[in-house]
Amino acid sequence: MKDSIYRSHILICTGTGCVSSGSKKIKHELQDELADKNLLDEIKIVETGCHGFCEKGPILVIYPEGVFYCQVKQEDVTEIVDEHLLKGRVVERLLFKEPSTEKSIPSYTDIDFYKKQHRIALSNCGKINPESIEEYIANNGYEAAGKALTEMTPEEIIEEVKSSGLRGRGGGGFPTGLKWQFASDSESDKKYVICNADEGDPGAFMDRSILEGDPHKIIEGMIIAGYAIGADEGYVYVRAEYPLAIERLKKAINDAEELGLLGTDIFGSGFNFELHIKKGAGAFVCGEETALMASIEGRRGMPNPRPPYPATKGLWGKPTNINNVETLANIPYIINEGSEMFSSIGTKNSKGTKVFALTGKIKNTGLVEVPMGTTLREVVFDIGGGLTEDKKYKAIQTGGPSGGCIPEDYLDLPIDYDSLIEVGAMMGSGGMVVMDESTCMVDVARFFLTFTQSESCGKCTPCREGTKRMLEILNRICEGEGKQGDIELLEELGEHIKETSLCGLGQTAPNPVLSTIQYFRNEYEAHIYDKKCPAGSCQELASAYKINFDTCVACGQCVKVCPVDAISKGDGKYYIIDEAVCISCGACEKKCPVDAISQG
Amino acid sequence: MEKVSLIIDDQKVEVEKGTSVLEAAKEVGIDVPYLCYHPDLTLHGACRVCVVEDLESNSLVASCVTPVTEGMKVSTTSMKARRARRRNVVLLLANHPNDCLGCDRNGSCELQDITHSLGIAREDVEEIAGQVREVPRDEVGPALKRDPNKCILCGRCVRVCEEVQGVSALQFSNRGFDSIVTTAFDLPQSEINCANCGQCATVCPVGAITEISEIKNVWNALEDDNIHVVAQAAPSIQATIGEEFGYEPGTVVTGKLVAALRKLGFDSVFSTEFTADLTILEEGSEFLKRITENKNLPHITSCCPGWVKYAEHNYPDLLNHLSSAKSPQQMFSALSKTYYAEKTNIDSEKIYTVSIMPCTAKKFEKEREEINASKSKDTDAVLTTRELARMIKEVGIQFKNLKDEDYDELMGKHTGAGTIFGTTGGVAEAAVRTVKEKVTGEELERLNLGFKGVNSAEVQIGDRVVKVAIANGLRNAEKLLDEVRANKSEYDFIEVMACPHGCVGGGGQPLPISEEKKVLRGQGLANTDEKSVVRKSHENPMIKKLYDDYLKEPNSELSHQLLHTTFKERAKN
Repeated sequence: MKDSIYRSHILICTGTGCVSSGSKKIKHELQDELADKNLLDEIKIVETGCHGFCEKGPILVIYPEGVFYCQVKQEDVTEIVDEHLLKGRVVERLLFKEPSTEKSIPSYTDIDFYKKQHRIALSNCGKINPESIEEYIANNGYEAAGKALTEMTPEEIIEEVKSSGLRGRGGGGFPTGLKWQFASDSESDKKYVICNADEGDPGAFMDRSILEGDPHKIIEGMIIAGYAIGADEGYVYVRAEYPLAIERLKKAINDAEELGLLGTDIFGSGFNFELHIKKGAGAFVCGEETALMASIEGRRGMPNPRPPYPATKGLWGKPTNINNVETLANIPYIINEGSEMFSSIGTKNSKGTKVFALTGKIKNTGLVEVPMGTTLREVVFDIGGGLTEDKKYKAIQTGGPSGGCIPEDYLDLPIDYDSLIEVGAMMGSGGMVVMDESTCMVDVARFFLTFTQSESCGKCTPCREGTKRMLEILNRICEGEGKQGDIELLEELGEHIKETSLCGLGQTAPNPVLSTIQYFRNEYEAHIYDKKCPAGSCQELASAYKINFDTCVACGQCVKVCPVDAISKGDGKYYIIDEAVCISCGACEKKCPVDAISQG
Repeated sequence: MEKVSLIIDDQKVEVEKGTSVLEAAKEVGIDVPYLCYHPDLTLHGACRVCVVEDLESNSLVASCVTPVTEGMKVSTTSMKARRARRRNVVLLLANHPNDCLGCDRNGSCELQDITHSLGIAREDVEEIAGQVREVPRDEVGPALKRDPNKCILCGRCVRVCEEVQGVSALQFSNRGFDSIVTTAFDLPQSEINCANCGQCATVCPVGAITEISEIKNVWNALEDDNIHVVAQAAPSIQATIGEEFGYEPGTVVTGKLVAALRKLGFDSVFSTEFTADLTILEEGSEFLKRITENKNLPHITSCCPGWVKYAEHNYPDLLNHLSSAKSPQQMFSALSKTYYAEKTNIDSEKIYTVSIMPCTAKKFEKEREEINASKSKDTDAVLTTRELARMIKEVGIQFKNLKDEDYDELMGKHTGAGTIFGTTGGVAEAAVRTVKEKVTGEELERLNLGFKGVNSAEVQIGDRVVKVAIANGLRNAEKLLDEVRANKSEYDFIEVMACPHGCVGGGGQPLPISEEKKVLRGQGLANTDEKSVVRKSHENPMIKKLYDDYLKEPNSELSHQLLHTTFKERAKN
């Protein structure tokens, strides 16, 4: 192998997002182009994990300048090579344009989307080749594991994690150090560590990004956790829908084994640790700890009552510690930099950073990692660049299907575990969906409840039967069939399900409904009493379309697209819509070349 | 054991650490209603009907799965707890057919009882009514039928089948509102590894799993003057049917059972205990032969059809260890249409045989292709104890006021050995009783192997020590059989009963069933044996007559033709 010193590195993102927008093809094109121009000895292409800005993918960063190119296409490759790499001129048109100023920003670090972020869990994502253990090690990888295993006692590690204030990033927010303490205190001949990578919240993909972009960090976190609690075996429970994450994790485990970082007598410490991957079939409920363990054991993924807690009786009846991917990704940092450094970030009871998946009606969507305590306004307007088409902000939904909707009044709320719960939402795994005035809040509640109802494992009565009845009520409200008393019944059922369900899924499933009733009760009332959907999104309540005879040119295009044959030729030179037949789908309005059709 | 004290409904309670709130409440006389909880099964915590309020945190907890903690204060009757309990029952009712009048479990349904005691009205259910589950029923049989639309997903059947029987024929399937309990690939019961033991039906709180009823067929036969209807009642029935008529569990009501059968119109009323004695002679001779030749040991009983089918699915390699003797039911039916027909001069084609069984698997056994010895089907109908009780109630017989009557003599005479066939350990004891005396002339002291899931004993027979083991509940049998398969079994004779406690705990017995009741029923049979004048099968005079007049000797050619059978391998799925 030839050792070269390269004058430039091209980092091309090969996370799932960028791969699906074509980054693999661009990489091959680049490879050919560099070969044609005899540049392969001078310029190195590095495949990296996700940058978090998937919407702008495929993303390509060229170092040492740190120039950030986005939405690159195959046909742009020649220009990048000729202009940037040969002539040293930045390709302006491929730079990111700040939505607020329309200015092109050449450098990665100057983009608003990245400026306010503080990356700990995602620190290596997009920077290193996730398939190279050497690159991970070169970035201080496995240093924390070395320190933990050779210089620290398990008790010291647990103390360190406790005083860091790290709380579970999977949703519950339970103090990680305390969890480790419980597992450590359980006496047993055998213990397990499990990494929960059953990321199930719709729209959330931070765990996938970490596994794809920095798999060794998770392995390192698990080694440290295993050593701390006295477990010599671990499982990563990852959904089978994440093939790339699984592939990279597999390679990472193999590489770590080859270097003796997994296996027996790691770092000569006498500590042994082996790691397996268990693929899950993608049931949302398997993110719940007891269901997850049942699934690893080969049983149906159904939660079991607690106690016994996994820390005392977990996988195959043995004490087990389960942490989420993002939680584990914080561990090497805490050990390397110390708990004080970690706890200097964040708020009183929520330390460190949190990764959010920012989506919805917002200009910059993607993965963002911000210090706890950052306000919603900063996330939405500074990092997210504000709402698309500069529409009016209505609410932000946090915490996925278990979370709630937060209205405008709380935009300055500092994001942390407790403040989110206080306003009826929750941290969850970090989903954030921004909604504008065209979003119907009853429909949002219905969307999330449809998800939780169909993902309920069906074991306990309130979750299985109760969410179904709530969903039926929401359906009839959206269809204009709501009755007096429906809101109160929803509230009563919602509280009941929260209070009596067996596991976290049922205990939080009503949250989207209850929080939208809390903040947007008037919208529910409008649906029930006025038979109107204020956001105009519930089709059954939308009014029929009408054709303006003066503008209509009788081209007949609307007739062709109407799915219910509601449009016919009038006696004059225009068309008419039969209001009784029209389902307000809006297809005719979109098709009309002269804007003659509008909702009446 | 460490004690924990807590307060339930203002009463101070002291219980062992690890006790659940539900059990602690029961100890001081407070019954918290429940549906998924079952004392013999693992904790499930699914129905959420047993919720109580933890007064410290004002939160609701499921009392069946919440262990007591020191100083805990719990209310089972607070408004909050009662409201939540009611709401969960209403939620179940909103997805349960309003079909109580036509349901097999009308009157013995736990959901019905709770609905009644909580005072839930139709309007409460209508308030939240919506879609109801509509999935196909499995009524193919031959033993059990399932109506998943009645199922409340308490999971008792799933647990009993897996934990107690090790069969796992039933599992949860689908998610959310579509969740159901079903078989693998939704196959009908007849096509799966189900042993037909009916334990699922005994734990089902509602009418989702019940036996396939043969009452109509039996009424038709009784009604027809051209048909001669012969009844045989299994040994355990006399100790269980009384419960259906208000007797304490374990009360033996043989005389009234016989009288009731005659009142129903059966032309002759016999006891399966007669052929239990016969089984001992046939199987005993077979066992003796095996011991002498040291072949196919351990010898394993085959009188339990649930066990036999389980063995055919799971231990096909051990089928040569099973006794080839038919079960008492099938021996009886075969003789009814041959020996009895000959003795009474009745055309065997006009004889209709009905057996009263504690068992659902017997309904399957009678359908086995290779089982028949007569020209037609040997057993025409099988009624469970519950079905017979229903018939008695239907015609308004006042069971308690009946005068005791005796079985008809020819095939009704029996011994204490035949009686204890109805409880676990009975077959082994009866067999050893006869074998020992035949070989050595010495009487056997009582073995009393029952009342444990697995048990064993050593019996000195001549110069040989015979090791006997019993297992009841198929999960328990698994342990003994795995040893046999691995050539590590030290036993000579193994008795297997599919149901816990044997036939007294059978799938066709009166409901509700409990561990305590099963023990009492078994004791009832043991007492009857002890009081019997004749206690050894080979001393049954009518059995002697049968051999003298008809069969000649045990394992004769005719015996083989009528009283022995074969087994076949079945798929493991």
